[in-house]
Amino acid sequence: MIETLDQIFVLLRHWLVSYLPAAWQPLVGVLLSVAAIVCLFPALFALTTVFERKGLARIQNRLGPNRVGPFGLLQPIADGIKSLTKEDIVPLSADAAVHFLAPVLLVVAVFMGFAVLPMGRNMVLVDMDAGLLFYFAMSASTELSVFMAGWSSRNKYSLLGAMRAVAQMISYEVPLLLSSVVVVMMTGSLSLTKIVAAQSGFTWGLPHWFIFTPWGCAGFVMYAIATTAETNRSPFDLPEGESELVAGYHTEYSGFKFALFFLGEYLAMFSISGLGTTLFLGGWSAPFSFLTWVPSWIWFFSKLMLSIFVFIWMRGTLPRLRQDQLMNFAWKFVLPMCLLNMMVAALWRFMGDGWLRWVICSAILIGAYAAMGWGEMRRGRIGPRSYRYAE
Amino acid sequence: MSFVFYILAALTVAGGLAAMLLKNTVHCALALTVAFAGQALLFLNLDAQFAGFAQILVYIGAVAILVVFAILLTRGSETPRDGVFSGTWLVGLVIAAGVFAVLGWAVIQSIPVLPHETAVPAVTVLQIGNALVSRYVLPLEIVAVLLTAAMIGAVIVAMHEKEGQK
Repeated sequence: MIETLDQIFVLLRHWLVSYLPAAWQPLVGVLLSVAAIVCLFPALFALTTVFERKGLARIQNRLGPNRVGPFGLLQPIADGIKSLTKEDIVPLSADAAVHFLAPVLLVVAVFMGFAVLPMGRNMVLVDMDAGLLFYFAMSASTELSVFMAGWSSRNKYSLLGAMRAVAQMISYEVPLLLSSVVVVMMTGSLSLTKIVAAQSGFTWGLPHWFIFTPWGCAGFVMYAIATTAETNRSPFDLPEGESELVAGYHTEYSGFKFALFFLGEYLAMFSISGLGTTLFLGGWSAPFSFLTWVPSWIWFFSKLMLSIFVFIWMRGTLPRLRQDQLMNFAWKFVLPMCLLNMMVAALWRFMGDGWLRWVICSAILIGAYAAMGWGEMRRGRIGPRSYRYAE
Repeated sequence: MSFVFYILAALTVAGGLAAMLLKNTVHCALALTVAFAGQALLFLNLDAQFAGFAQILVYIGAVAILVVFAILLTRGSETPRDGVFSGTWLVGLVIAAGVFAVLGWAVIQSIPVLPHETAVPAVTVLQIGNALVSRYVLPLEIVAVLLTAAMIGAVIVAMHEKEGQK
């Protein structure tokens, strides 16, 4: 029974496909999985918009949407109908072809990333040998569609927002890759299913997730910072800073095309949270050995939604960074710490089993972070916020 | 030569031609990206996963962005009035034809030299990775040093000269 529930989607697919002639079965099976991904994540996106607006409202001591349906739960349906029926305005001087292609390419590239994420036991669309490489290749190609959107609008706010977004995504892609590389160094594989398999197993009822190792913990923090910047979420939401740039690269988009950008942004958040879950939080494995009877896909999606909650929480808590702070943070703090983390990971790998490597690796990392914080504090660079222009 | 190959080849060649013939410089850069994507798909069609994904990651994710940044930060994307064809297009054509002829000749000459493979050689990403950090580690390190030197040079060129201002 438990086994059936765990594999229910896999079994369902087998059962549906078994009615077809044998020649069609592989193709239809893949199409069914693709359809499941293409339906599930936009549905999750609809739920997340309510969740986010409600959560932000709570943080800001408001009520949030509460008029459509019970507790405002049907709000995304109203929003969807609104964006579908709105007039699609293309500015007169805009480059019509590029303006049309940009949101489409963005959503396609973002959807491709889901193909390699293992969402449960045996639940991965393509079990690729180079899964991680594929994922990063796909996420790198979203940058060009952001540029296309900003450039084709022929609007200074759009262009500035696009340039900011592209510069930010390129800068934070380096720490994103370097913080993920430690996991590849440990498992010796780029396949995401093998990375999840390397984190299965329990010691004293606790899982072998990479976040519970010194290098994994430091790597996860760096990964979280890089993903927040990569998805243009607050506090790194300069590309669409409302007070400066109207809405950044999607200023000139309306109706359904705007909805596509919105969808693409949230899907990127889901997929990159899914990747973080896979790399550091054990993928679909259970957090305690006595909870292994719970279906694996429940664990994957719980971890994913927990990451989304942290994203929303940060958005409600932290103020936006300035452009120079953003770049200094990427190149002077995150990047050196990722490099240090890689060295610690190598040390961990070659010290062999035993408690000594825990002590030494933790000491190096905690020492580095503490020394850095202490040094900055001594030089007076961390302190009350100073204003350059608005005194 | 499968049906897929012809589609991809047509896509790549069309992208390359568009990159050469379009009037707007940013359109040219985007068309060049289509050609890069076509090449990546051709690699994937040949089961060369590593080359294909690296092509997407490096060329579409970085080189194309670099190209459009360079266009926007230098001349702007406006089309020049007096056409986009350079005055020395004939020389360029001769050089391009020469390079193409040498490459084509080399490929044709190499066919009898290479052993005739009956089965498709299966090179996984894992093997490439292991080879890079064991047998080919020295070239890898030299490339890394070269790139680091280039990056430091770029930073020095772009840095503000504070002494001069004071």
